[in-house]
Amino acid sequence: MRLTLREVSLGLKRAPLLSVLSVLTIAFSLFAFGLFGLVALNVSEALKHVEERVEIRAFLADGAPIEAVSAAVGDIAAFPEVAHVDIITPEQALARARKEMGEFQDVFDAAVLPASLEIRLKPGYRDPATVREVAERVKTYSFVDDVRYCEEWVQKLYNIRTIAGATGLVLGIAFAGVAIIIIGSTIRMTVLARAREISIMRLVGATDAFVRRPFLVDGFAKGVVGGLLALALAWVAYRLVDQTLGISSAFFKTGSAAVGVLAGGVIGLLGSAMSVGRHLRDV
Amino acid sequence: MIRFSHVTKEYPRSGVALNNASFTVAKGEFAFLTGPSGAGKSTILKLVYMEERPTSGEVRVGGIRSSDVKRREIPKLRRRLGIVFQDFRLLEDRTAEQNIAFALEVTGTARDAIPAKVGRLLTQVGLASKGTSFPRELSGGEQQRVAIARALVNDPVLLIADEPTGNLDERATRGIFQLLRDINASGTAVLMASHNLELVRRSEYRVIEVTRGQIVFDSAERAAAEQPAPPAV
Repeated sequence: MRLTLREVSLGLKRAPLLSVLSVLTIAFSLFAFGLFGLVALNVSEALKHVEERVEIRAFLADGAPIEAVSAAVGDIAAFPEVAHVDIITPEQALARARKEMGEFQDVFDAAVLPASLEIRLKPGYRDPATVREVAERVKTYSFVDDVRYCEEWVQKLYNIRTIAGATGLVLGIAFAGVAIIIIGSTIRMTVLARAREISIMRLVGATDAFVRRPFLVDGFAKGVVGGLLALALAWVAYRLVDQTLGISSAFFKTGSAAVGVLAGGVIGLLGSAMSVGRHLRDV
Repeated sequence: MIRFSHVTKEYPRSGVALNNASFTVAKGEFAFLTGPSGAGKSTILKLVYMEERPTSGEVRVGGIRSSDVKRREIPKLRRRLGIVFQDFRLLEDRTAEQNIAFALEVTGTARDAIPAKVGRLLTQVGLASKGTSFPRELSGGEQQRVAIARALVNDPVLLIADEPTGNLDERATRGIFQLLRDINASGTAVLMASHNLELVRRSEYRVIEVTRGQIVFDSAERAAAEQPAPPAV
């Protein structure tokens, strides 16, 4: 390991400009990927907020027995898809209606509105099929008069989420692919710059693993440094956007940021492994 | 030590580099490979240290056969060989000592044993006082001596030299040749490619001549043919 680290540091000293360029190339490739990640993260957060509004409302028949309703609330809350169930009394319904809709300002008799159950679903169960299925199950209770869940709106939201997810996945793969290609090419330059040394190592009997080791350490270290730099750039971009637009967008959580930096290291490692492996096969 | 059996090497672009070559080099022998540039001398040497594999036929070096050698076994073979080139192939940013030590480190020699071995090798090649010099500070002959010292780090059974005097003046050539003779005298076989006919003629060693990929002359075969036939019983 001592020898490997010495060879890595010698490589850095011998071609400092190339090393800096490699780190910058890795940093900017990952920065572009990171920016895309930030956009995807914020779109996903926004969709999550909207999705949280997906609810099923079961209107209760007049005079529904309170014991039966309470028992049903317990049953429905135990459904695997259900996050929680609230009973909305006619008074609560009127208060909400007066707050949200002007035409209810003059209505004072709560009896015009029926009591209802407001059912919210867990994340992952807010697709149209599941919502419909839960609504059908709720409808089977005898004291439930009607069930509504804005089918069309849920369907549209689901479509938007599917399109955003698919676009994100395709763009994410494309960005990651471009980053890997750019990083691989950069590391290939480093390998070519040390081709003479590699040929000498092999002539004196160095194994392929021995030749490969310093390049793998070098690639991983550059990937991690590039990843940290990309994270810093992404943070600066995030702050600038927030300040300029006066919004409060989301940034990567510590865990995701650490995974991103580590991914930089892994991409550097893989890029090195591929470049040096190809070089060793060619010579 | 080396056995070539009907070896042909063909490159996809440049065609046949070696055609049906057969010869052997014994343990401790000194043999010249001669012939014009492009005749196939370097190809033979590359086949010996298994940088290349034959298109057909078989090369056997110290018990390792080209027909079934695995890639991971080649470093083991090379640790039993010493290889020297016309262009020295030294690392320019390392001193003479560091160039030699590098070969020892690469092959896993214990760290404590390296300085003594490097010192002994530098003395052997006559450069005891130049250990801390960088290649650019050394003459061509001195650089080649460092390259030879590096080739000797693993006490090779065979030293392969590809035009080792090609870039040197007459005096340096004589010095390097004498060094190779001394190495051979200590028991290491030497296979040296050279188109320096003067040098080849002056020596008493075996000569294998290659022209257009064919072995056209082998002084060992001629000597065998000139031996009187054993008396009939």
